[in-house]
Amino acid sequence: MNSFAQALRDTLIITQRNLMRYIRLPRLLFFSVIQPVMFIVLFNYVFGGALISSISVPGGKYIDYLLPGILVQLVMFGGVQTGIGLAEDMSKGIIDRFRALPMSRIAVIAGRTLSDTIRNLVSMLIMISAGMLLGFRFHNGFWGAIGMMAVLLLFGLSFSWIFAYIGMAIKDAETAQLASFVFIFPLTFASAAFVSVQSMSSWLQVFARNQPVTMVVDAARHFALGIASGGAIWKILTWTTVIFIVFIPLSIWQYQRRNS
Amino acid sequence: MYSFELKDVHKHFGNIKALNGVSLKAKEGSIYGLLGPNGAGKTTIVRILSTLLAFEKGSAKVHGVDVSKDPDGVRRLIGLAGQYAAVDEFLTGYENVFMTARLYGLTRKESKKRTNELLEILGLAKAAKRPVRTYSGGMRRRLDLGASLVGKPKIMFLDEPTTGLDPKTRLDIWNTINDLVKNGTSFLLTTQYLEEADQMANQIAVIDGGKVIAEGTSKQLKALLGGEVVEFKLKNDQEKSAALEIAKKFTKQTISYDPETLSVKVPISSGANDLMAIVQELNNHQLAVVSLSLHQPSLDDVFLSLTSKDKGIEQ
Repeated sequence: MNSFAQALRDTLIITQRNLMRYIRLPRLLFFSVIQPVMFIVLFNYVFGGALISSISVPGGKYIDYLLPGILVQLVMFGGVQTGIGLAEDMSKGIIDRFRALPMSRIAVIAGRTLSDTIRNLVSMLIMISAGMLLGFRFHNGFWGAIGMMAVLLLFGLSFSWIFAYIGMAIKDAETAQLASFVFIFPLTFASAAFVSVQSMSSWLQVFARNQPVTMVVDAARHFALGIASGGAIWKILTWTTVIFIVFIPLSIWQYQRRNS
Repeated sequence: MYSFELKDVHKHFGNIKALNGVSLKAKEGSIYGLLGPNGAGKTTIVRILSTLLAFEKGSAKVHGVDVSKDPDGVRRLIGLAGQYAAVDEFLTGYENVFMTARLYGLTRKESKKRTNELLEILGLAKAAKRPVRTYSGGMRRRLDLGASLVGKPKIMFLDEPTTGLDPKTRLDIWNTINDLVKNGTSFLLTTQYLEEADQMANQIAVIDGGKVIAEGTSKQLKALLGGEVVEFKLKNDQEKSAALEIAKKFTKQTISYDPETLSVKVPISSGANDLMAIVQELNNHQLAVVSLSLHQPSLDDVFLSLTSKDKGIEQ
């Protein structure tokens, strides 16, 4: 068997293994979705009234503006799970078992990022349903909805590869979880995810406009609501490509390292 | 060909010297025991041989294949069962072994056949469809052993396979290993228990501080330690001379007597036989004893005796 076919086969075996845990223990999925559902309800009803005047969306509903932002946060937390899962497998000796097998060197990480992307998709569908109960509607047709999910999942996948590296470098699930907050909260709050960037002080605007969360959320809103993206789609594709180019080799290197 | 071979292997972790020039050779089809306390370097040796850990100096081969030059070649020859059962809690026993077989490179059909075979051998066929989180500690270890056997390895590395298990389960694992040896698999087994090395291993290396401090069969190592000791406690001090007189019949080595505890220690050579003979003699002379016991040399004795010998050389 050639090495590409082997990598693909091993990756799918690992993906299947990781997904089994959600089938055997569905409450894992339930609790990974409950937090963003809570966020969407709180943001919509607590801040929605105050924020609606500062933003402009077709139809003028805050929930239409908010949902893509919440979904970005969802896929980012999903990416963190990649790091946590790998750190856990390491501490339980399962990664040692895999590394001592004549299997593909990319499969354990690729399988983990793939299963987390599938889980992101399921969580996203649940979140969109919750959003619709609160009044969210797609304004750009079926393909717009597909485009939104695709760009969000791609961004989540790139985030998974970053945290794959971090999780294996830190080797401790708890620390990986804590480290993730330092990334996710500044990136999502200092972005266009929940509020308009124009409402921020000017120095923060510079950061907020140029960081990937704003780009992905702009691209997602473009697809979902039909508003102009301002080139956000190309920018976010560039960002994710760069992340893949850097973190895929780095993660594989970290996996193969024979240092402890 | 040796089942594995280490030549002058050195390994540091930062400033800590984990292995300080270890050389070992193991015959094919045998159980090789690595005996030593925590932190001695046993796990480091297993991790080097199973391609998980690089080292600075020296060479390591498994069945003639160089661990550094052809790690994937080595991975085809080995099975590894680590200190913790590396099994997935959420999968069933069957799924765990099947997945490992697929990742080893077997086809679906081969994997299915091999998995059923292994679960049967390890006595897990009935529990095959249960998730592993419902398994006991011993069942997990057996499953871990099963998963590491999927590729019919030439050599199995078992890192403390019975640590934390109850005596009955330990015996089960020992029996399983003995069955596998009959099929021609070689084993490298690390343990903290002298009894385990004694029961299982054909060849034993004692490791301490990253060095091999003794090597040989369990018999040779025991001889090094002066063998077993019978200890009995007298009822009163007046019977001392009669007791020592009896003891002298059984050994030419020094007999120790502690006047405070009234205990006599007699080094002996043939275990239970000597013990029975001593009991008989004590009975014949109508000497009453408070307690009587046979001591095996313990791992503590190994280290005490080996380290004190080192000091002797230094002086």
